[in-house]
Amino acid sequence: METQAVIQTTELTKRYDHQTAVDRLNFQVMEGEIFGFLGPNGAGKTTTLLMLLGLSRPSEGGARVCGLDPERKAMEVKRIVGYLPENVGFYGDMDAVQSLRYVADLNRIPVREAEDRIREVLKLVGLTENGGKKVSAYSRGMKQRLGIAEVLLKDPKVMFLDEPTLGLDPDGAVRLIELIQSLNQERKITVLLSSHHLQQVQKISHRVGIMIKGRMVAEGSIEALAREKFGVGDEKFTLEEIYMKYFQEV
Amino acid sequence: MGGLGAVYQKELSDNFSSFRFVILFALIAMVSFIISYMAGVSLKENLEGIAKPKFVFLMLFSAKGALFSLVEFVAVFGPLIGLVLGFDAINGERAHGTLVKLVSQPIYRDAVINGKFLAGATTIAVLVVSIVLVISGFGLALVGVVPGVEEILRLAIYAGISIFYISFWLGLSILFSIAFRSVATSFLASVALWIFLSFFISLGASVLANSIAPVEKREGADPETVIANSQIKEGVSLISPMFIYSNATATIVDPMRKTTKSLVLMGPMEQISSSRFQSPLSLGQSIVVVYPHLVALIAISLICFAVSYWVFMMQEIRT
Repeated sequence: METQAVIQTTELTKRYDHQTAVDRLNFQVMEGEIFGFLGPNGAGKTTTLLMLLGLSRPSEGGARVCGLDPERKAMEVKRIVGYLPENVGFYGDMDAVQSLRYVADLNRIPVREAEDRIREVLKLVGLTENGGKKVSAYSRGMKQRLGIAEVLLKDPKVMFLDEPTLGLDPDGAVRLIELIQSLNQERKITVLLSSHHLQQVQKISHRVGIMIKGRMVAEGSIEALAREKFGVGDEKFTLEEIYMKYFQEV
Repeated sequence: MGGLGAVYQKELSDNFSSFRFVILFALIAMVSFIISYMAGVSLKENLEGIAKPKFVFLMLFSAKGALFSLVEFVAVFGPLIGLVLGFDAINGERAHGTLVKLVSQPIYRDAVINGKFLAGATTIAVLVVSIVLVISGFGLALVGVVPGVEEILRLAIYAGISIFYISFWLGLSILFSIAFRSVATSFLASVALWIFLSFFISLGASVLANSIAPVEKREGADPETVIANSQIKEGVSLISPMFIYSNATATIVDPMRKTTKSLVLMGPMEQISSSRFQSPLSLGQSIVVVYPHLVALIAISLICFAVSYWVFMMQEIRT
């Protein structure tokens, strides 16, 4: 079976008044893979994700998500793509179930089906017991899990996870990463994962892309990148070393 | 409808369950009660032993109690309801990090702002209608006069105008909540504009009128200067939505008012001839008198909402 590109960008560019946030970006994410989307803060990762969702208009170039142009078919794209924003927020006066119900309403999932699915996704992210608790009382890790539950509710083909492990304790981060991996394996969801936890990314990513100052400076499997930078495609190079090497060169 | 229904439902339930709404509603209901009670009691006293004039029922709304009439009260404090319902509509979502999540669901972006505005307008409508009904019922018991068809129609129109008027302030505060990132700033800005338009414009209007066309004393002043003075004053005051609203509703609620103009110059013979026709205006004629005011009120609320719609749609979703 030949894998297809789920996400493909061609010369994708976003310019604000004074600066170029995303500069002629070309990359692909294949079906069924976990793509580690790396780069320092302010490299343009979130802007790229917003353009892929049709929430921000590219200045030049374009993108395809599952063959759809997010600029023209934003509704269709948003129906199949689940997006977990960086620092995702919740309505503090709602509990998890109410929060999920609102998301289900927005996705026009019929009420009866929604109740089943809410139970299912809460179980999946391990929040069943806390479903009736106000979200304002949640810990950061629980909020991130609830965020993923909201994303899963629409049964997405693709997930964009923007810094899901930011601010989590090591244990929480590991558990979240494992959850993402199991979702990828069991539900065949393609994942575009942006994170600074390079160790975790290395553990689960099939391929990574390194974005610095709006440009994709490297894209490929970790072995391939290691070979390119250090001359040997060896397992002994960690993603961190590779990343630093690229970062120093730019 | 692209998510409008879901956003509308959620916002509406938020509005009704929010603390600030309960506080505001309690405050306004209480003051309305007091005002209508005072008006009702003084009406009852004055009516004793005389033949009942027409439209007694409407006087519950237009008669001044100790301080001001209900109509005046809504003109001054109604905007607060609109402001409180809308000042954090968009920047509140932004601050909580829920806006990006919301628009990344399969809904149109305008569903967010339309849903919020419609939910706010519905809340305002429920509030206005219930206050009018409560006072009507209260007055019915107190004064013992049953309203006629025309009075009910006039009250319905009054409620309709009030809803548009308060919705204008809702639209304005939503606009500020889009324009300013900070919730505190947008609240202060909308309150500042409310104070400016409601209180300072009328002050400024008389200052301006008196400096351009000074009228020293009423007696013996040049009639043309008096007219000019009054025209300038009124022209400047028309900037204020409160002025438009008060004029429009006072005429609708009080059939004896035949013009929205505050200054009427008449010769002695004209006065004699007009005094023969001291009967109330028909509803249709009252509407004709305030028609421009009504159109202006509806127009500013729609324009205000259209501007916020446009700004929101053009804005980058990221902070």
